[in-house]
Amino acid sequence: MITAQGLSRRFGGRTAVHDVTFSLAAGDVLAIFGPNGAGKTTLLRMLAGLLKPSEGTGSVAGVALPGGAELRAAIGYISHASMLYGALSARENIELAAKLFGVRDPRGISTRALERMELHDRADTPVRLLSRGMQQRVSIARATVHDPLVVLLDEPFTGLDDSGSAALGAHLAMLRATGTTLVLVTHSIAEGLALATHAAIMRDGALVRLEKGEAIDPATYLTVYREHVTHGA
Amino acid sequence: MAPSTLSAAFLIARKDLAIEFRTRTAFFSAAVFALLGIVIFYFAWDPTAVASIDLAPGVLWAIFTFSGLLGLQRSFGIEQADRAIDALLGAPITRESIYLGKAMANLVFVAAVQVIAIPAVQLFYGVPLLENAALLALIALLAAIGLVAVGTLFSAMAVNTKLAEMLLPVLSLLFFVPVVIPAAQATARLIAGRPGSEIVGWLKLLVAFDIVFVAACTLAFPFTIEE
Repeated sequence: MITAQGLSRRFGGRTAVHDVTFSLAAGDVLAIFGPNGAGKTTLLRMLAGLLKPSEGTGSVAGVALPGGAELRAAIGYISHASMLYGALSARENIELAAKLFGVRDPRGISTRALERMELHDRADTPVRLLSRGMQQRVSIARATVHDPLVVLLDEPFTGLDDSGSAALGAHLAMLRATGTTLVLVTHSIAEGLALATHAAIMRDGALVRLEKGEAIDPATYLTVYREHVTHGA
Repeated sequence: MAPSTLSAAFLIARKDLAIEFRTRTAFFSAAVFALLGIVIFYFAWDPTAVASIDLAPGVLWAIFTFSGLLGLQRSFGIEQADRAIDALLGAPITRESIYLGKAMANLVFVAAVQVIAIPAVQLFYGVPLLENAALLALIALLAAIGLVAVGTLFSAMAVNTKLAEMLLPVLSLLFFVPVVIPAAQATARLIAGRPGSEIVGWLKLLVAFDIVFVAACTLAFPFTIEE
């Protein structure tokens, strides 16, 4: 579903992502950990087709990067910024996304998405008046309104309280169960590993550790992470 | 199936206008700016030295140009808040549709400011603007298309910079000149009651600049939003 072969991205003389290689199948969940400035967001934006790789190749849902409309139609992108219009209601934001993705019956789809997110009673409230947790739920509904094959998440737990984080985790688990491939960038090792089938650590633009399946040991992962990030193991 | 370029542009324009209709911040700022500008020019004007038909076209187009900038500034500003622009760029629509949608919304915005400013200029300067309403509307529309085409592109370029509020006028005003000169000249001839043949040439020039600016800016826009 996702392949990356030697993906690199430079901004002027600075290399933000260097020689990243991995592959994921349908239903896999890759959690990427790393300090600020490690290149996680840049990698995600390349996979989303929002940035062109400087070097390397890759594909998402069978479309070669950087892709075009076909690639973007297969992806849902969620970040710590809500990517919503504060003056529009939750329903209007989701409906706009549905129309831009060419979804049939945008009104019905957005109503069902709001019900799924337990936001139907706040559907017509301007987004700026919703709590951070509610905004994030609207954001997820917006990003998944077209049933994407791949969902890319950039620190989606940022600013959420415990119940908001639990609700988000449950929704991501549901997406995983339906075969959606997830790439999750997060600072929260516990929340990331709770969902992950693959776990990676990025530092200075490079993927310095990548494990999958049973090789991931949640009990020792924090120690491993600190060794890689702090001591450069 | 994802919408066509024009359909997506209409969706984006409608969204921008809905946001402006609810917040009304840019429109009120621009309308107040336009009216204050007209009043200030009026009190600075010595009618014994300059006839109103000589002064009014300049006042009108200076006011349109600067008040329009207020709306153009906001055009991509609303996309930067909460990074809504990423949602647009992540949708399976053409980059050109984003530009055209923004430009359509800006055109409505500038036209709305014109609807307020033109009667005010007639009221203060006593010039027969509304007596030739159809022709004046054509001049205003053609000029607005040119201003909006350039301004929308520069708004997209400037919004990611730290000096956006300063950069947009500096970049835009230079390119507004070829639009404002024929618009002011055509307006001056219109209110002076000159024959239509004297106006047609300026209108043709406006049309030519509109075609060039709309085509060039639509093609250039995708490059301005690539990181």
